[in-house]
Amino acid sequence: MKKNAVFALIAIGSFAVVAFGQTLINGAGATFPFPMYSKWFNEYKKAHPDVQINYQSRGSGAGIQQVTAGTVDFGAADVPMTDMQMQEFTKQRSAEILHFPTVLGAVVPTYDIKGVTATLNFTGDALAGIYLGKITKWNDPAIASANPGVMLPNSDIVVVHRAEASGTSFIWTDYLSKVSPEWKMKVGSGASVNWPVGLGGQGNEGVSGQIKQTGNTIGYVELIYAIQNKMPYGKVKNAAGEFVQADLNSVTAAAAGAAKNMPEDFRVSITNAPGKGAYPISSFTWLLIPAKIADPAKKKAITDFLAWMLKDGQSLTSALSYAPLPKDVVAKETKAIAKIK
Amino acid sequence: MATASVPRTARPVVRASYVRRIFSADSLAQAIFLVCALAILAVTALLVWELWTKSSLSRDKFGLTFLTKTDWDPVAGNFGALPFIFGTLVTSAVALILAVPFGVGAAIFLAELAPPKASDAMTFLIELLAAVPSVMFGLIGIFVLVPMLNVVVPVLKDDVGLGIIPIFSGPFYGVSLLTAGVVLSVMVAPFIISVSREVLLAVPRDLREASLALGATRWETTWDVVVPYARRGIMGSVFLALARALGETMAVTMVVGNTPKIARSLLAPGYSIASVIANEFAEATSNLQVSTLIELGLVLFGLTIVLNGAARLLIMATAGKVSQ
Repeated sequence: MKKNAVFALIAIGSFAVVAFGQTLINGAGATFPFPMYSKWFNEYKKAHPDVQINYQSRGSGAGIQQVTAGTVDFGAADVPMTDMQMQEFTKQRSAEILHFPTVLGAVVPTYDIKGVTATLNFTGDALAGIYLGKITKWNDPAIASANPGVMLPNSDIVVVHRAEASGTSFIWTDYLSKVSPEWKMKVGSGASVNWPVGLGGQGNEGVSGQIKQTGNTIGYVELIYAIQNKMPYGKVKNAAGEFVQADLNSVTAAAAGAAKNMPEDFRVSITNAPGKGAYPISSFTWLLIPAKIADPAKKKAITDFLAWMLKDGQSLTSALSYAPLPKDVVAKETKAIAKIK
Repeated sequence: MATASVPRTARPVVRASYVRRIFSADSLAQAIFLVCALAILAVTALLVWELWTKSSLSRDKFGLTFLTKTDWDPVAGNFGALPFIFGTLVTSAVALILAVPFGVGAAIFLAELAPPKASDAMTFLIELLAAVPSVMFGLIGIFVLVPMLNVVVPVLKDDVGLGIIPIFSGPFYGVSLLTAGVVLSVMVAPFIISVSREVLLAVPRDLREASLALGATRWETTWDVVVPYARRGIMGSVFLALARALGETMAVTMVVGNTPKIARSLLAPGYSIASVIANEFAEATSNLQVSTLIELGLVLFGLTIVLNGAARLLIMATAGKVSQ
C-alpha cells in the first residue's frame, strides 16, 4: 500500500510539473554555435516561460556521444554524424536521429607577415601546399602569383593549427581534402588529423595568440572570432574562380549553392560550394534530434522550438555575425519537423 | 632491566557485549580509519580497472607496440604513445632541473637564514603560488614568457653560441618543450620550497647546537649537518613536484606547441600525455580513439608508478647512507 501511495505521489508530482511547471530540455554539443544557441534559448524562454532549454557547449564529439547515450534530449555538432554513428544511435535508442541545420559558419585563413598589410588572396592549392609543408616560403610563386603587387618576404612560413580536436579543424581539412587530392590521400578530413607540419594552438585564442607572437605565421580561425577580434583574414578562391572574402552574404551564398542538391537528411558538406560569390570554407552546424521523443511535453517543446528557430530565430543571427540559412533550406527543414514522432 | 620487570598489564576482564566493544573508542577509531584507508585504495583500484577495461579496444589492436610507435593519425585510426611519453618526461625533467636548485635554495634561506617573521610571510606568499589555477600559468606563459623567450633565446642561441649544442639547435617559435618546462618549474617550485622548509625546520635543535659547539660555522652547520639530515624529506618534496609536473595539463598544452613529434632539440614543439587527453577527448568521435586516449591515461598512471617506485628506492638508498 505504501509503495502505491509513493507511486501515486510521484505520478501526481510529475503531472504537476508537466501541467504547471516547466518543461526542461537538456542539450549538449558544439561550441561554435554556442553564443547563438544561448541567445535563442534565452529569447525563446521570454516568449515561452514554460520551456527551459539548457545547453552545455562541450564539443561536437561530446554532443554526438551524449545524445547517443541518451543523457541529453538533443545534441549539436559542427560535423554531421557518420553512417556508423547513426547506426549506433539506432541500435542504442531504437529510433533514428535527425539533423537540423541551424546557422552557418565559416573558417578563414589568418596571418601575420612582417611588412604586409594588404588582404592576401589564397588559392586552394596554395593553402593545401602550405599545410602539407610543400610551400615553405611566403614568396613562393603559388602564393605570389595570386597576389600581384604585394611584396611578400623571403621568410619561412610558420604554420599554426588547432591543437585540440574541433569542428573548425574539420571544416578546414574537409575543404583542403576537396581542393587537393594529395591532402585527401595523405591526411584526410577530421576534427583532429595527423598534421604534416605546424604548431598546435589551444582553441581560437591559442591559434590567434600563436599567429601574433611568432610572426610570418598562417593559421585558421572561425570567421566570427576573426571579426570580433579584428584579425586580418585572406580571400579564398572559390569553385567559380573568384577570390571571395568571407562575410555573412558570401557564406549564405555558399549554402544556397549547395541547397539545390540538399539530401533529405541534411547531412551535406558545403565546402568548395558552386555558385557565384560563395565563400568556399563554409559549413552548416546541426542540431541532432531523435526521431522519437517519448515524453509528449518534451516533444512539443522541441518541435515548437524548431519552428520558432526557423522563423523568428533566423532574424537574430546576423546581429551575432552568424550567417542565416537560405530560404530553400528553411522551407525544407520546416517540413522535416513532422518527422519527429 | 628496569623495563623488563614491569608486569604485563592484563586486559581487564569485562564481559562487555559485542556492541559495546565495537563502540569502545579504540576499535571504533580503528574501524573508521581502516575504512578511510581502504576507500583510497578502492578508488585507485577502481581507476586502474576502469582504465584497463575501457582501453581494451586499443590494447587489443596495438598491443605493446603502442608504447613504441610514433604515429598519431586519428583519420586512419593509427595511434602510438611514444611522442607523448617523450614530451611528458622531457618537460618534467626540464622543470625539475630548473626548480630543484631554486626551490631547495629558497627553502634553506627561509628555514635557516631568514628572520622567522619574514620567513613565515614569504612562505605564505609562496604557498599562494601553488593555489593559482594552472590555466593562469598557461596564459602568463603564452602572453609574457613566450614573447620574452622570443627575444632571449635567439641571443643565447646565435650570439652566445649555445646553438651548436644539439639540444639548443633548430628554429624556435616561442612554444616548445623548453617553454613548457620553464612554466612547469614555476608551478612546482612552491611544492619543493614549502615541503623542504618544513623538513628543514623539523631538524632537531640539538644537532645544530652540537655542530656549533664543535666549532662549525653557521654555513657549515646548515650544509653539512642540517641539509643531510633533511635529505629524505627534501627528496620527497622533489618527487611530489615531479608528480605534479607529470600530470599537469592546461598550462603545458598552452605553451608546448602540441606537435606529436620526437625532436632532438628542447626548442622544438612537443606534446604531453595529459595535454593530448584533454585536447582530444571531448571531440574523439571513433571508439578506437576514445579507447586509445584512455590507454594513454593508463600509460601515464604506469609512468607515475615507475617513477614513484624509483623514488622510493632512491630514498631508501640515501637513507642507508645517512645512517652510516
